[in-house]
Amino acid sequence: MSDLDYRPKSKVGQWFNDRLPLLTLANHLTDYPTPKNLNYWWTFGGILTFCLITQIITGLTLAMHYIAHADMAFESVEHIMRDVNYGWLIRYIHANGASMFFLAVYIHIFRSLFYGSYKAPREIIWIIGIIIYLLMMAAAFMGYVLPWGQMSFWGATVITNLFSAIPLVGEGIVTWLWGGYSVDNPTLTRFFTLHYLIPFLILGLVVLHIWALHVPGNNNPVGIDIKKPSKDTVPFHPYIVIKDGFALLMFMIVFAFFVFYAPNILGHADNYIEANPMVTPAHIVPEWYLLPFYAILRSVPDKLLGVVAMLSAILILAVLPWLDTSKIRSAVFRPLYKQFYWILVADVLILGYVGAMPAEGLYLLVARVATAYYFLHFLVILPVLGFKEKTLPVPLSITEPVLGGSPNLAAARNKESKME
Amino acid sequence: MSEKKTKRRDFLFTATTAVGAVGAAAVVWPMIDQMNPDASVKALASTEVDVSALTPGNTLTVLWRGKPVFIRRRTQEEIDEARKVKMEDLIHPEKDEDRAKNPEWLVMLGVCTHLGCVPLNDKGDYNGWFCPCHGSHYDTSGRIRKGPAPLNMEVPKYEFVNANTIKIG
Ligand code: HEM
Ligand code: FES
Repeated sequence: MSDLDYRPKSKVGQWFNDRLPLLTLANHLTDYPTPKNLNYWWTFGGILTFCLITQIITGLTLAMHYIAHADMAFESVEHIMRDVNYGWLIRYIHANGASMFFLAVYIHIFRSLFYGSYKAPREIIWIIGIIIYLLMMAAAFMGYVLPWGQMSFWGATVITNLFSAIPLVGEGIVTWLWGGYSVDNPTLTRFFTLHYLIPFLILGLVVLHIWALHVPGNNNPVGIDIKKPSKDTVPFHPYIVIKDGFALLMFMIVFAFFVFYAPNILGHADNYIEANPMVTPAHIVPEWYLLPFYAILRSVPDKLLGVVAMLSAILILAVLPWLDTSKIRSAVFRPLYKQFYWILVADVLILGYVGAMPAEGLYLLVARVATAYYFLHFLVILPVLGFKEKTLPVPLSITEPVLGGSPNLAAARNKESKME
Repeated sequence: MSEKKTKRRDFLFTATTAVGAVGAAAVVWPMIDQMNPDASVKALASTEVDVSALTPGNTLTVLWRGKPVFIRRRTQEEIDEARKVKMEDLIHPEKDEDRAKNPEWLVMLGVCTHLGCVPLNDKGDYNGWFCPCHGSHYDTSGRIRKGPAPLNMEVPKYEFVNANTIKIG
């Protein structure tokens, strides 16, 4: 049923819907035609929504007990852990929730890379996604500063100092960010304010992300445009709702494992030492989800160029729809791209690994090669591949290959029209 | 439409936009400037340090404006080593004579000019300081010799108030 034809059954419903068409929206979301071949990599959108809501609810409850002051923040987090009823649980869900959120977003992004979901007509969905990802990094970075441990303090110092690389105005910007001459109480209070705000900005962007998605509809593992609704689609409810729900349950098992059995494994012991502006920990490393970018930063021996390389590594993703010149979306039909895709996955994992290691000797060399390859993939391989690659024949519909579709165009078309 | 009318409109449009932009900027600026260091932060501008207990070859670290300051009482070898370095060998050429007016005393911000970590004393390839964060090596004059940091450690404004007391800031 199309959105325009929809009419609530009850009189009250009709009265309400004529004044505020919320029921039309609800109907749109339940009936929304979804490709019937979506696999489990498509369940991470729902999982990400769950992660965001989890962070907001646990964050709000933490904020009821947390004190944003340089002299009290560390103690107040310990107070949450020891005194507040279930404080340990809420904090562990929030701290590990950030990691789970990033795990999900990385899978979600690499899903898009594999199936070409960023290509026309889905560029805006993709770009909003990249903005969400940037805001997530900002939120997580500022959240990590709040407990005011050694890693909090020195992480904040190093990251804010990245801005000092900007010629002329850099130092002024850093002082402005700090509200002083070093990371201190004014920095902590503004970070708390922004950490509180950003998730709600993300929530707004998620609405736009889904709105933009509902214009062309979902991409799918075959990567072809489909007719909607048709025999290639199923209604979102109950088909996708059940599948998403099952995937979410599996995800929650992993989440619960970290919260209950290894709540500190992804963190750093140094963050249980209160911030000390006189001593830097021997080995400072960011949270695991920022490591690939940290490796890129350190692989460049020049301060300004290092920062430029790190930022470009993220921003290059925003122009990806125009760097990839291939008309075929799904890697299933791109034999060469498929191989380069997996090399890129390995490259990013290697960057993450060397990002956690000291920047010297062999690690540094590996980081440099991996950084160079990362840019090579996006700036050279992708644009060239679109012209050179011999792609495999793409089916005409999702149903065709399943029903033993014939390579004969006319026959397949014929079959399709008969089934409708 | 006559030429004149269009011009009058254009003028009004431009003038209104310009006044509106100035008004908006006047409102935005306080919102931005409130984040700059406030009066209480600026008031902590100087610190006095008693250095009488410091023996040669040792460093005292004190906090000034939230940042560590290294006060190093250098040995004769350290001074000689710093002074014989050729300017061509330096990434950020500065004479030791200019950095330490009184050669025995080196006073500088203990802040790595790369991304702000605190370098470690008596470490690194140049017998001065070594920053563990991304591997910057400084010599016995606190000058950058190797690694990603672009500049020497900064010498703040300081003076000897008397033989035993240094005033920083
Ligand atoms: C995008 C969503 C969010 C992410 C990725 C995120 C991430 C983080 C991270 C990584 C920490 C440090 C955890 C630790 O090691 O202790 C943290 C702490 C904190 N967050 Fe969030 N957060 C989010 C949303 C929120 C929201 C909406 C609020 C409140 C309104 C909030 C309030 C807090 C508070 C009070 C702390 C300090 C307590 C603590 O350190 O456990 N967060 N956050
Ligand atoms: S902060 Fe010292 S080397 Fe990076």
